[in-house]
Amino acid sequence: MILLDIFITGLISGSTYALLAIGFSIIFGAARIVNLAHTAFYMVASYCIYLVSTKMGIHPGWGMIMAVILVTLLGTIAYQIVINPIREHHGAVLIATIALAMAFQEIMTLIFKSSYLSVPALIKGFVPILGVKVFYQQILTFGAAFVVMGGLWILLMETRAGLAIRATAQDREVANLMGINESRIAMLATAISVGLAGFAGAIVVPLTVINPRMWEHPLIMMMAVVVLGGLGSLKGSFVGAYILGFAESLVVFLIPAGAFLKGSVALSIMILVLLIRPDGLFGVSFEEER
Amino acid sequence: MDLIIFYFRKLFTILKKEVLVLPSRVVVILFFLFVLLLPVLPVIGNDPYMLRIFTLTCIYAIFAASWDLLSGYTGQMNFGHALFFGVGAYSAALLNHHIHIPPWGSIPIGALVAVLAGLIIGIPCLRLKGTYLALTTLAFPIILIGIVFAFPDQLGGELGISGIERIARSKVISYYIIAIIMLGLCTIMWAITDSKLGIILHAIREDEIAVRTAGINTTRYKLLAFSLSGFFAGVAGGLYAHYMRIAGPSTLEVSLSFQVVIWSIFGGIVSIYGPIGAVFVLFPLLELLRFWEQGRTLMFACIIILILLYMPDGLFPWLRDKIEKECPRCKKRNFWRRKTCRICTAELD
Repeated sequence: MILLDIFITGLISGSTYALLAIGFSIIFGAARIVNLAHTAFYMVASYCIYLVSTKMGIHPGWGMIMAVILVTLLGTIAYQIVINPIREHHGAVLIATIALAMAFQEIMTLIFKSSYLSVPALIKGFVPILGVKVFYQQILTFGAAFVVMGGLWILLMETRAGLAIRATAQDREVANLMGINESRIAMLATAISVGLAGFAGAIVVPLTVINPRMWEHPLIMMMAVVVLGGLGSLKGSFVGAYILGFAESLVVFLIPAGAFLKGSVALSIMILVLLIRPDGLFGVSFEEER
Repeated sequence: MDLIIFYFRKLFTILKKEVLVLPSRVVVILFFLFVLLLPVLPVIGNDPYMLRIFTLTCIYAIFAASWDLLSGYTGQMNFGHALFFGVGAYSAALLNHHIHIPPWGSIPIGALVAVLAGLIIGIPCLRLKGTYLALTTLAFPIILIGIVFAFPDQLGGELGISGIERIARSKVISYYIIAIIMLGLCTIMWAITDSKLGIILHAIREDEIAVRTAGINTTRYKLLAFSLSGFFAGVAGGLYAHYMRIAGPSTLEVSLSFQVVIWSIFGGIVSIYGPIGAVFVLFPLLELLRFWEQGRTLMFACIIILILLYMPDGLFPWLRDKIEKECPRCKKRNFWRRKTCRICTAELD
């Protein structure tokens, strides 16, 4: 049953992209930062889990919790030291985040060398569905991604902090006038966004191989998702992530030499959608920033 | 004879009254001299390795300046500038490998193919702005890399197309050809940005709607910027292919696209001289950091972050503001030690 294989692969990669893209959207919306180091935090989280579970022999579950906390702290510190002083200069922020990602990649290469590593699954075993092995880890990854996305939805829609984040995303100056501490909201958004990246790394790590360059492909896919769905739109990120995730898995399974073409096809879809709808699928048109 | 003396005097006067009064102009003259005299300089010139580094520096300088022409001046943030470089390199390589066109023919044709690529991606991208444009342009080289990998027989796949003719027999002559092309093209780019066309492009960056209100067809100018920038980047790519004698997927990689953004913003965008200077500082610097091989990219990243924290507008505009100041009345630049303006004698603060 190749269809089911396609479905499961698409679901898993779609969920990962959704988590990454939503994080990227939040930080873009609330702080207007194009954070190109976003998936580097995903990579750091993966290495944390590898370190804890394989080197120290602690259960990977604890490793995941530690990884998320550590990455969130790291992201907040990096934001305070590197990004915050130059936030008004968009170009400078851009290359500062690239430089940050490069720095993380090099630090990981120095510590772990550039070999391919893997982490054992949280729950071993599989259940056969329609003759296809569905690993429990895959179900767990998918479930965890959904739970976190639900939690995030509640946080953004129901709490005061979420309201503040959405207000800042809509209009920074007016939000500031309404008594919202804009720089604190930017920091909070950074923390949430980096935490999501760390969480995405944590739940995907048993299904992939870890190496210091693992952040590049998700970064490109994540940006494609964000553009496809419409910048700053959480619903758009969610839908776009699954569209591109399924497109990728379809190409990999159905076309020969598909592994090389998966990025190309997904990005071509993005360009096609943009030709028809320049603001993406659910684009929020920001007020013309002149 | 008198005529020669007259022109000599005129040159001397221009040098004294126009060039030597401003440190930035002196620096430009020194830069030209440095590039042209590099092979005879004592330490660098004798080392073939250093000569190779500086040849590549010249190629990347063209590339970075072409990014500034499109993304700095016109404000069309291009995150996939490696596309032009790669298309230029691959077309020059294919032309040379299969049809045996010599380098002086294959490089310009390759650049024209890059112009075509610029038009093809420019037309759909014109509808997009800002971050959308940046993230969309990022996609094009990656699509092309997928195609290169999917057709390994025609396009060489992972190994690339090798066995291309070199530009010149000797290393020094290749260096001179590339350096002179670099100086020429960069001067042309600077002249473009200094002309009326450059003013229109700059205006599009500042406020596109206002430019359109003034009766200027911005679409046409944006396409022109895409093609011009594609041409210069394509020349850089063709030179690279012929110098390295290989055109591989590394010419299309995301890291190259990011690299050019890093160079340009580090040097200071909207200046042309900034990106060129940044390449001449950063590219050899990466080689200087070779004493700690594993950590050099890390150190490189840290240096960039540190410099950006103090000079977010880029290194060279910051330096220029330190050594020169603008006259409040006539807006002419002056040496920073002067008390009065050299043109209108107004008090400088």
